[in-house]
Amino acid sequence: MLNFTIRRLLGAVPVLGFIALFVFALLHLAPGDPAGIIAGEEASPEDIARIYEALNLDRPLPEQFGLWLWGLVNGDFGVSIYTSLPVLELVRQRLEPTISLAITTIIFSVVVAIPLGAYAAWRAGSLGDRAVMIFSVLGFSVPTFVLGYLLIYFFAGRGTPFPVQGFVSIREGLAPFLRHIALPTFMLGTSYMVLIMRITRASVLEILNEDYIRTARAKGVPERKILTRHALRNAAVPIVTVVSLGFAFLVSGVVITESVFNIPGLGRLTVEAISKRDYPVIQGLILLVSATYVLINTATDITYAFFDPRIRY
Amino acid sequence: MNLSEKTRPASGAPVLDIRNLTVRLPKGADREHAVEGVSLSIAAREILCLVGESGSGKSITSFAVMGLLSKELVPVGGEILFQREDLLRASPERLRQLRGSRMSMIFQEPMTALNPVMTAGRQIEEVLTTHTDMSRDQRTRRVLEVIRAVSLPDPELIRRLYPHQLSGGQRQRVMIAAALALEPKLLIADEPTTALDVTTQAQILRILKEIQGSHDTAILFITHDIGVVAEIADRVVVMQSGRVVEQGDAGRVLDAPEHPYTKMLISSVPSLTPGTRAEAPVKPVALSVEGLSKIYRGTSFFGSKREVRAIDDVGFTVRGGRVLGVVGESGSGKTSVARCVMRLIDCDGGRIRLDGVDLAAASKRRLHDARKDVQMVFQDPYRSLNPRRTVGQSIIEGPMNFGVPKREAWERARRLMTLVSLDPDALSRYPHQFSGGQRQRICIARALAMEPRLLVADEIVSALDVTVQAQVLELLNGIREKFDLAILFITHDLRVAAKVCDEVAVMHRGRIVEMGSTSEIFASPKHEYTRSLLAAVPGRTWSAEAGLGAGGA
Repeated sequence: MLNFTIRRLLGAVPVLGFIALFVFALLHLAPGDPAGIIAGEEASPEDIARIYEALNLDRPLPEQFGLWLWGLVNGDFGVSIYTSLPVLELVRQRLEPTISLAITTIIFSVVVAIPLGAYAAWRAGSLGDRAVMIFSVLGFSVPTFVLGYLLIYFFAGRGTPFPVQGFVSIREGLAPFLRHIALPTFMLGTSYMVLIMRITRASVLEILNEDYIRTARAKGVPERKILTRHALRNAAVPIVTVVSLGFAFLVSGVVITESVFNIPGLGRLTVEAISKRDYPVIQGLILLVSATYVLINTATDITYAFFDPRIRY
Repeated sequence: MNLSEKTRPASGAPVLDIRNLTVRLPKGADREHAVEGVSLSIAAREILCLVGESGSGKSITSFAVMGLLSKELVPVGGEILFQREDLLRASPERLRQLRGSRMSMIFQEPMTALNPVMTAGRQIEEVLTTHTDMSRDQRTRRVLEVIRAVSLPDPELIRRLYPHQLSGGQRQRVMIAAALALEPKLLIADEPTTALDVTTQAQILRILKEIQGSHDTAILFITHDIGVVAEIADRVVVMQSGRVVEQGDAGRVLDAPEHPYTKMLISSVPSLTPGTRAEAPVKPVALSVEGLSKIYRGTSFFGSKREVRAIDDVGFTVRGGRVLGVVGESGSGKTSVARCVMRLIDCDGGRIRLDGVDLAAASKRRLHDARKDVQMVFQDPYRSLNPRRTVGQSIIEGPMNFGVPKREAWERARRLMTLVSLDPDALSRYPHQFSGGQRQRICIARALAMEPRLLVADEIVSALDVTVQAQVLELLNGIREKFDLAILFITHDLRVAAKVCDEVAVMHRGRIVEMGSTSEIFASPKHEYTRSLLAAVPGRTWSAEAGLGAGGA
């Protein structure tokens, strides 16, 4: 298992390298002069010259890439054109709300979805199952932003404990943190939750027809344990896949959610950077998001092996 | 061993006493009741074999005892007395407590009956954690004890392994160990050796007999294999279409069956003694294979190579109108030979000559033309026909690919349907509307539609009931004569080989260890492996002809 984990982690390194190359190429393959692009339309020749030097644009391309990569390794992601702040610092400022929202969303959706999905599979065809399924269709068909505005409509200005604007750090106390993040989490997590729920139901339902479930019954194992110990663990691989795929949805979802609830996170930073063509910031964000994907993918692979001993690559 | 000697008087009240059990089928099934008025009883230290073909209700009877019937199947009458307690009236919770502790069950498919993500040890231990409050140490000790009791080597290691790291026979022993962990009064074995090789089957049967000798356990053994019955049963209950048609001491039922169905069942069992074949005029060689080899290569992550020699220097010839049997256990390479001959896989060396064309070296174009002459019928008739095409479409597809006009191909299909004893009008039906035996006939018709020179039959009767099996083998024999067809017949079942093959090649670890006429090999096997294979055939001392003769059939 340890050997496997190390190999998977090492396997991720070349992928990260390719991503870096792609992001580097993005700027250099764009039409026109990179320094011109970075400096923007109203830049003076001096500005461009300064950028030219700062980016080592006078050197051969491979060397430029090497220097840029070396900078990345040392935490130098460049400087934002508009705020003149280092990209890393910008990201650091905006990281906390987004990560908080991502984590609460994942926890909320997984914790609600897996028990509900497993229950629906166990009692397939029952009233409870049908209720769960109807709920899942509803949850899936309402667009995220509509749900967000519905939440705001019902909660705003009615004296409920859930504010519809802003973000409070967890360092200022758990209760205010949770109160602020509850509605965004619900908005972002609902579609994601029903997705996991349906997959859980489908895969548990399939597993419950397996021969070894019959074996477990023949051994007198109580139904509850059959569901948790035998069925869920075997159903884990497709569920884990969906949970990790969900991170991909999360990125686009975060942008909308942060706009609706006015949360100063990475989603809003991304929108700002794109609308202002702040290339260094966009580059930094692409790198960050891709690296996160690679890590999540690797973690997913390792999780597969944890749940299923037959999986060894 | 004489059968009557095995029958020991059972003492005391029966462990299990089923009286008049009736289980209803859901509406729309082919009959109203899955089992109807079934009565049987088993005493301690007794092995009762419940025999019948698929659909006879034998498994449903055993599932009713365990309380494991699916929701659509409702017991509507009778009693199941287990140690005087009526299980049909017991609560689900009570049944759960009994399952695994006082009555336990093992299943047919050891590949799927174990949870793939739990170690063997934990699956055995689960019985103990569910039903006792033993400490962790006690449980571990008991697990090791029962693993040892089913003759598995190195219990400490086996305990930690996952099912996919064990062989089929080892898995079935783990199942038995789990079933016996709490010394149940009743062990139900539902076709426990059907999926196993014959030598492994012999080991499992021996273990079950040992259990019978050393424990007070009553064993309800469900099987369709009369050979296994002859090997292990004290008493036999024969079921047909949900009813018990005959029961009695094993010796009596096998040697002097009374009910016509039992007689038919027993007479369908192929004898281990090959029948004498009329000397046919020697026909030209259709297929000749020389020095065939196939190596499967795998590469690990760091580039180290693993090689498995699936076929190692194999050679044989088949003449027109003759059947060459390739027999061997799983992993012996017999299916790889079939696939190489079909050129479904490429071989790594050797020649496969069919009417002068070397299939092993043939170009794509030559191969395409040659394909017409070699056709294959597969093991599983449920999966080898496309479920979304009518059987007619499946049959005419091949000839039409080779330029036969549709009308003519259709005519040919109708003739072939008659040949395989099916209604030509059934061509417009879909595969799911046929039974397993009928589907296998369709598969044969599909192969014959190409008018091949060689037919490769890979375990074509293994998935069929014994009476259906007899019919399909009869059909195959007729076709061989009629079309002068050379047949390469792959099987693991030595009884079937004895019945249909003119010559037999015994394969072991990729090599042919012995080859010769069927009668010679069965009468005086020379190679040690052939001898061990023959010795492992269940009920080898018993023969259907002798039995029916004594019974006056």
